Amino acid sequence: MSADMDENVLELQGVVMTFGGLMALSDLDFKVRRGMIKAIIGPNGAGKTTLFNVITGSFPPTQGTVTFNGRPIQHLKAHKIADRGISRTFQTVELFGNMTVLENVMLGCYTRIRTSFIASGFVLPQARRKEKQIRENALKILKFIGLAHKFKDPADTLPLGEQKLLEIGRALASEPELICLDEPAAGLNETETYVASSLIKAINAKGTTVLLVEHDMKVVMNISDEILVLNYGQKIAEGLPEEIRNSPRVIEAYLGAEA
Amino acid sequence: MLRIAKIPIAVFALFILVFPWMACQIPAIEHYPDIMVFAGIYCLITIGLSLLMGYAGQISIGHAAFFGIGAYISGILTVNYGMNPWACMGIGMAVTAVVAALVGTPSLKLKGHYLAMATLAFGIIVFIIFNEETQWTGGPDGMSGIPGLSLFGFEFDSVERYYYLVWGIVIAAFIFTVNVIQSGTGRALRAIHASESAAGAMGVDVARFKILVFVYSAVLASLAGSFYAHYLNFINPATFDLFFSIKLLIMIALGGMHNIWGAIVGTGLITFLSNEWLQYFEEFEVIVYGAILLFVTVILPEGLAGVPGIVKGWFRR
Repeated sequence: MSADMDENVLELQGVVMTFGGLMALSDLDFKVRRGMIKAIIGPNGAGKTTLFNVITGSFPPTQGTVTFNGRPIQHLKAHKIADRGISRTFQTVELFGNMTVLENVMLGCYTRIRTSFIASGFVLPQARRKEKQIRENALKILKFIGLAHKFKDPADTLPLGEQKLLEIGRALASEPELICLDEPAAGLNETETYVASSLIKAINAKGTTVLLVEHDMKVVMNISDEILVLNYGQKIAEGLPEEIRNSPRVIEAYLGAEA
Repeated sequence: MLRIAKIPIAVFALFILVFPWMACQIPAIEHYPDIMVFAGIYCLITIGLSLLMGYAGQISIGHAAFFGIGAYISGILTVNYGMNPWACMGIGMAVTAVVAALVGTPSLKLKGHYLAMATLAFGIIVFIIFNEETQWTGGPDGMSGIPGLSLFGFEFDSVERYYYLVWGIVIAAFIFTVNVIQSGTGRALRAIHASESAAGAMGVDVARFKILVFVYSAVLASLAGSFYAHYLNFINPATFDLFFSIKLLIMIALGGMHNIWGAIVGTGLITFLSNEWLQYFEEFEVIVYGAILLFVTVILPEGLAGVPGIVKGWFRR
């Protein structure tokens, strides 16, 4: 493994995504260094969620390569990419509402521990052991995200702030190297936002690389090491938070050009 | 909410155990064990189908065909080639698994209800084959002389013996399926039902799971078909028509598709309705099924399995 591969956990080269005549991403290049928190910002419709969908395999890019740990992944299905070590949350919460809080996180462990259909049907000892291991892992994660006391509740009865945390917890359960968070603070009040950003920092401190789409600039400026700015599917700026804050192109994209 | 307790299974098994004895005490229902054999055979199908519909969220309108494939493979191989019935059962299940995988794979890789359409067409094709391939199946007249079952010299030659054989298998299949539901596999299935994109993002191979469950349900239907053939000693295509596939769906809808117990209750009720209680309606029987389906969809979307919850709701108020 070369030094470069080791340093960049994720690398996109010439990524193009078109839907019919609409170009959602055009010729996008960027890298995510291992261990950092990188934020992607941009006005509505800039292609941020599309970018997440391409990285996590919801649909393959029209052109270009996505390299994860030095291996191309752009042709892989979502579940294969999850197995490789990329996990995600969704902009509109996509919890399993028909399951409890604990079960949601237990499902997250699926990438690391799984039992076959036959083994689970006959409740073989190995299946029982694995199930116990999954439960313990999930409880540990619930403690980490501060939802252990609600483990029995149906997931869809939680308030939005806790649903967002639970989604992060479920993604963490898959022990990802890279976690993609799609607007973790959207719709949250100030306290909930504080809790969410502390959690993101804590996850990062444990060594997980974080890729973040977020509109709340306070959160972005506070926790990110680097920021990428998209507008109309193109990269218009990339750099440290203070560089982005003062970039005229970014200000123009957000506020419109001055007459 | 998904723990399926061991006690109800034990109570249910006990009921199955004493039912023939209870039935022969009352002359009016003396023949009920015979109907229960059919109910048991149909339960084998609906247990798998309920896993497919209620947990993987897919609809099959072709399970009568898998039921028929099992029955005809058992029939043809035992009658024409004198093969061991148990071996034929295994062959039937293996062939059905391959056929189901072939039918299911293209449609289950797509999102949406393509499986319903593919299985609908498949069911009709298989029904035509049963009717037309006269040299194998005997055509519309069916085939007779299918031997009964025996194991190590023990003949399952009475209704009671066959009843215990079939229900033993049903309970085994039921417990196996419940174990699957309560395992990580079941969790993955429920995840698929709730959100396919989130399940995929968590590493669940959505298409593979749907195919797996579809094949499992088809194999159970094939097994049921073999038991059917060896019980009646006679089969004809009419049993395996489109209407039977729909009847299976009504059984599950009536019982409640999100609860595996629903499959058992719904199947029991519909079997008794069609074999016994609806005899007076003759041709109008179909209307009753339509009414049941309408009633359940509008008033009881959770089926009979949802009734305890509704009653509890009344008391809480």
